[in-house]
Amino acid sequence: MWILVGVYFVMGLFFGYVVPYLIFKTGGGPELEGVPLEQILNEALPHNLVPSVVGGFPLFGGAIALIIGALIASSEYGWGTLKTILVQRPRRVEVLAGKFLATALVTLAITVVFFLLSALASWTIALAENRAVSWPGIVELLQGVGAGWLILGMWSLFGMTLGILFRSTALAIGLGLVWALVIESLISGFANLLEVLATIQQWLPGVNAGALAASLGARAQDQAGGVPGVTTVADGPEATALLVAYVAGMALLSTLVLRRQDIS
Amino acid sequence: MASHRARSDGDTLVRSAGLTKIYGEVTAVRDLDLVVGRGEVYGFLGPNGAGKTTTLRMLLGLIHPTSGSAEVLGRPPGDPDGLLRVGAMVEEPAFYPYLTGRDNLRVVTRYAGLPEDGIEDALRTVELLPRADSKFKTYSQGMKQRLGIAAALLKDPDLMILDEPTNGLDPAGMVEMRTLIRRLGTGERTVLLSSHLLAEVQQICDRVGVISKGRLVFEGSVDELRGRAAVAIRAEPLDLARRRAEEVLGPDRVEVRDGELIVDADPGEVPNLNRELVLADVQVSELRPASRSLEEAFLQLTGEGGEDDEG
Repeated sequence: MWILVGVYFVMGLFFGYVVPYLIFKTGGGPELEGVPLEQILNEALPHNLVPSVVGGFPLFGGAIALIIGALIASSEYGWGTLKTILVQRPRRVEVLAGKFLATALVTLAITVVFFLLSALASWTIALAENRAVSWPGIVELLQGVGAGWLILGMWSLFGMTLGILFRSTALAIGLGLVWALVIESLISGFANLLEVLATIQQWLPGVNAGALAASLGARAQDQAGGVPGVTTVADGPEATALLVAYVAGMALLSTLVLRRQDIS
Repeated sequence: MASHRARSDGDTLVRSAGLTKIYGEVTAVRDLDLVVGRGEVYGFLGPNGAGKTTTLRMLLGLIHPTSGSAEVLGRPPGDPDGLLRVGAMVEEPAFYPYLTGRDNLRVVTRYAGLPEDGIEDALRTVELLPRADSKFKTYSQGMKQRLGIAAALLKDPDLMILDEPTNGLDPAGMVEMRTLIRRLGTGERTVLLSSHLLAEVQQICDRVGVISKGRLVFEGSVDELRGRAAVAIRAEPLDLARRRAEEVLGPDRVEVRDGELIVDADPGEVPNLNRELVLADVQVSELRPASRSLEEAFLQLTGEGGEDDEG
């Protein structure tokens, strides 16, 4: 699992800071679509820390969080350790509450560490380019960490719920990724053509995670130089409320399922 | 064979009534009434797929029964206070493969809310101390089984529930495990042990419940499972011998099987029967015990033709 988190940090920093900086330094290619090089650099500087980091959570971070959640829940079935745990003493709800807490702490840690690494990367770029180092305010930072935590927490709970429902790591991860990367993209892709899909799109967890990121300044995917997974289908409060509802709903669903489940 | 122990109704540790588990069209366990008393080593015997593991899982709260009820140590299955006094190993011992044996036991103590100072004793009891700091995934099957027993021992439980504890062990490992279980079952501790091995149950258990196709078809001692002592008599003429034996013992206690008289008689009755036969001019050439073998009794009860059911 920690390898997965490490890969996320490396890839996030690479595409969030190294690639933009290389584009800036090399002049980019023909696919810049009129985005000024100065803007590309600007988005990698410290004052743009929150939009830059939060933009990476809905799609890439979400997929990683979903895998982590699925691993946390379904590995116990694969190893058979859930029965070992449950015959000791704790109630099923207590075991699940412990896993929720552990997942919440892991996703918070990932969010905070990624912010710190990104801050270090943006500071390095600012120094290298002799730009002013101007950090976002504490409120904006807390909003960014909170939004990232909510997005990663929602996706990890999504993975946990699938893991408990299917009792299989492979199935939970496979179906979860298909949902996050394929189904939601397809629905969003056809939403402009079909009214019912546009309505459904507004209720999707990934789309709303993208909307939350957009509300904090991340560039939407349909804009020039936009970030994949960042959308504008809802405003910040709406997206936050829906993601919180998803967290509560999935926590409730996984609890109900585990309470009734036969552990074989 | 282990000695029989007295059991009073007030000392019942496991009791089930009409316990039933149905999976779709398949009835895994049907109307199971099970009683296990304090201090017993109770053998839960049955062929593979008979419903032993399903029953044990229901008793531990891992599986919800379709109907019926059960009590373990006076509590519903899965009740935390009850589980605190139960040590269990269900099927394959399951631990975190990337942790050592000792660390896995630490995890178990934390889940059970126990201090860690019992870990050394548990490891010593199952003779796993030399490999306690190796990762679980490197353990042999025998070592995994012993770690499972060690985990069950951490609570110093009143009741141990062990599901096929000798599964996958080589002959030497099986002997070691049986010796260990017999040792664990001394004193007040109760052991509920499932097995499909008759010899194992005979060597370890005080009392036996036989389950077949989800039904409990017998509950009693191994001797009772074999059946009451019978005597085979080779005698001539057979008809005269039968008539005289029926006069002495009653017709329902005498039968002719394979050219021999089989009489349902206690050892104390045999000398008198022999004398009566001789006085009636019957030539008695052989008198010998004729109880069923455990295998015969088991196969008769389970209706098995010598092959196990599917899993």
